[in-house]
Amino acid sequence: MSPVPAPSDLPVELRTEALESILVEKGLVDPAVLDKFIKTYAEDVGPLNGAKVVAKAWTDPEYKARLLADGTAAIAELGFKGPQGEHFVVLENTPTRHHLVVCTLCSCYPWPVLGLPPGWYKDPAYRARAVREPRALLAEFGLELSPDVEIRVLDSVSEVRYMVLPERPAGTESLSEEELVPLITREAMTGVAKVKAP
Amino acid sequence: MTFVDLDVVGPAAPPRSNGELVFAAPWEGRAFAMALTLHDRGLFEWSAFQGQLIRAVARAEAAGGEFSYYRCWLEALQTLLDTSGLVDSASVDERTAVLAGRPAGHDHRHGDHDDDHDH
Repeated sequence: MSPVPAPSDLPVELRTEALESILVEKGLVDPAVLDKFIKTYAEDVGPLNGAKVVAKAWTDPEYKARLLADGTAAIAELGFKGPQGEHFVVLENTPTRHHLVVCTLCSCYPWPVLGLPPGWYKDPAYRARAVREPRALLAEFGLELSPDVEIRVLDSVSEVRYMVLPERPAGTESLSEEELVPLITREAMTGVAKVKAP
Repeated sequence: MTFVDLDVVGPAAPPRSNGELVFAAPWEGRAFAMALTLHDRGLFEWSAFQGQLIRAVARAEAAGGEFSYYRCWLEALQTLLDTSGLVDSASVDERTAVLAGRPAGHDHRHGDHDDDHDH
């Protein structure tokens, strides 16, 4: 037997390719379907969806009430549903209460409204510190909250996927729903930033 | 300098304009999509995959070093497929080794498989 390198030492690209080729041979995976999933999550499903939800809630009080009462149904009204979106809970940030979303164990994330999680959300330091010292963590994101603002950390370990409804910034009263959409960032909808007026 | 016809600032901008690219390398996208499509076909509950992912993330963090979320993702998928009898890890290891030796051509070191090459 010639020495074979331990598979863990081989490039992860090759391990992925090996697994895919076996799954294709077994008829369990269709490469074209993989391509479609990748394209969907790389290009179509992203924080723009969540921004549309937030802009509608800011401009339509009845929609906002429905969104806060039943996030899953209200988000589905706009056509956003799918894996990791079966149990949405939307929480409103106010001048006195700030919500921050994290998944401490495995980086669960509300895909249909925010797309796939960014690097910082998956980072072990973010996941640990969001719970241990959220105020200091937010300050490092550039968000200094006054000590009298209560911070609530939402850990997405169960089936619930959280999204933050950020505060509508002052100075945007004259903007339409469509004009508000581009102001709303992924960071604001996870609670590591506020929305800024243009 | 000429890739400017993409609307990267307006409301119609693709989501990647609102942050970084979702996959840092092509294999990450393939590993992600394999789990999704297998779940879609009803081959496992998402909670079962999530359980393996939690364990893989914990192992990676305990081991230290640079953290790669999609390495954990791939490991979780392999473990789940192995324990459920769909794809045993040894066959993935073997195939990986074969792929690693690919540039050298037909130098498969052992022929205990019915390799039916169709290329």
